[in-house]
Amino acid sequence: MQPMDSLIVTNPFLEAVALACERDWRMLFDGLDLSLSPGDMLQVVGPNGSGKTSLLRLLAGLMQPTAGEVRLKGRSLERQRGELARHLLWIGHAAGIKGLLTAEENLTWLCALHRPAGRDEIWQSLASVGLRGFEDVPCHTLSAGQQRRVALARLYLDPAPLWILDEPFTALDKSGVAQLEKHLREHCERGGMVVLTTHHHLFDKPETFRELDLGQRAA
Amino acid sequence: MSNVFTLLLSREARLLCRRPAELANPLVFFAIVIALFPLAVGPESEQLRNLSPGLLWVAALLAVLLSLDGLFRSDFEDGSLEQWVVSPHPLPLLVLAKVLAHWLFSGLSLVLLSPLLALMLGLPADCLPELLLSLLLGTPVLSLLGAVGAALTVGLKRGGLLFALLILPLYIPVLILGTGTLQAALQGLPTAGYLLWMASLTALAATLSPFAIAAGLTISVGE
Repeated sequence: MQPMDSLIVTNPFLEAVALACERDWRMLFDGLDLSLSPGDMLQVVGPNGSGKTSLLRLLAGLMQPTAGEVRLKGRSLERQRGELARHLLWIGHAAGIKGLLTAEENLTWLCALHRPAGRDEIWQSLASVGLRGFEDVPCHTLSAGQQRRVALARLYLDPAPLWILDEPFTALDKSGVAQLEKHLREHCERGGMVVLTTHHHLFDKPETFRELDLGQRAA
Repeated sequence: MSNVFTLLLSREARLLCRRPAELANPLVFFAIVIALFPLAVGPESEQLRNLSPGLLWVAALLAVLLSLDGLFRSDFEDGSLEQWVVSPHPLPLLVLAKVLAHWLFSGLSLVLLSPLLALMLGLPADCLPELLLSLLLGTPVLSLLGAVGAALTVGLKRGGLLFALLILPLYIPVLILGTGTLQAALQGLPTAGYLLWMASLTALAATLSPFAIAAGLTISVGE
């Protein structure tokens, strides 16, 4: 008798099958397939307006595809949004940071949406992104790069395995970029998954790094 | 789960307290409209008193409408709504907390201000309990229904007029019941029937509209 293990087909964690997206009567992409397994890192590149953000929003379940489907562990995303929510950390172009709240208040709330974090943890994460001493400053007084760092502090707090990040490097300085690259690589090496868009060339990347060029597909 | 509800309530309260102008707007609007009527209609007390139920309710309704237009706008623009949609918590629960916080600050303060303005219009003091009760039951319905419209129009650049057109027809039953309560009270008739109808509307809106608001937000975020 065959061992059970060989009979079980292992599905990738997240996959897209024949995915198509249309915005304002324009086909951004169609017939797009991709799969993501633990440890993978995928950078979506392409010219402005080629549908990078739309693809990320489709994968995060924020948008419905025009055709095709997104599957989580082999089953359609439609019926298991709660399951995805427990595994996903989404940081969009607008990261959900309130200017009127302090960095600590912002993070307390954003973490509570997934897994509540204590004050010590939050202060520690803010120190990791170089914001020690800015814990109780309203975010609208921070610079664009510092606000981005507040949002990115969640990457040090949330244990979710799948990170979908839209332009995480925007407004970051050189050392911030290098630190984030390292943090993303370490996350993948621990068995996490990262999907991101950026125009920035990544230097510090894991072996599993792949690139998806939406501009080339359209050509 | 209830922990997230109270956390969201306190977060919203904190946000509202740091933008006091936004809180004061509907109250000032309410007070100005009521204060202008004696000047425009004339100060004869008989006429003003008969008009007061309608005036109070129309002004309160418009003040609530005014305050609701931007209910979800800043959350939409800074990406907070996306975070709510991708969170494992049920979206209807989150929006219920949001609307409750908004009502506690704007709706409830309207209710508390109303007796003063009612006396300015010459409404007899023994009608004040009915006024307070009808507004206390009616303004949550206005907030909840208005939030449905705000959720649907949040993604539009200039959704203000569309929002008013969508929501005003739904406000009419509340307006009729609210003014009916006060008219009956003015004539010394029993008001329990009106108030019970209003209470049933409140219960209906509180249970059903969070789902409609959540659906509207999901559509707006997904556009």
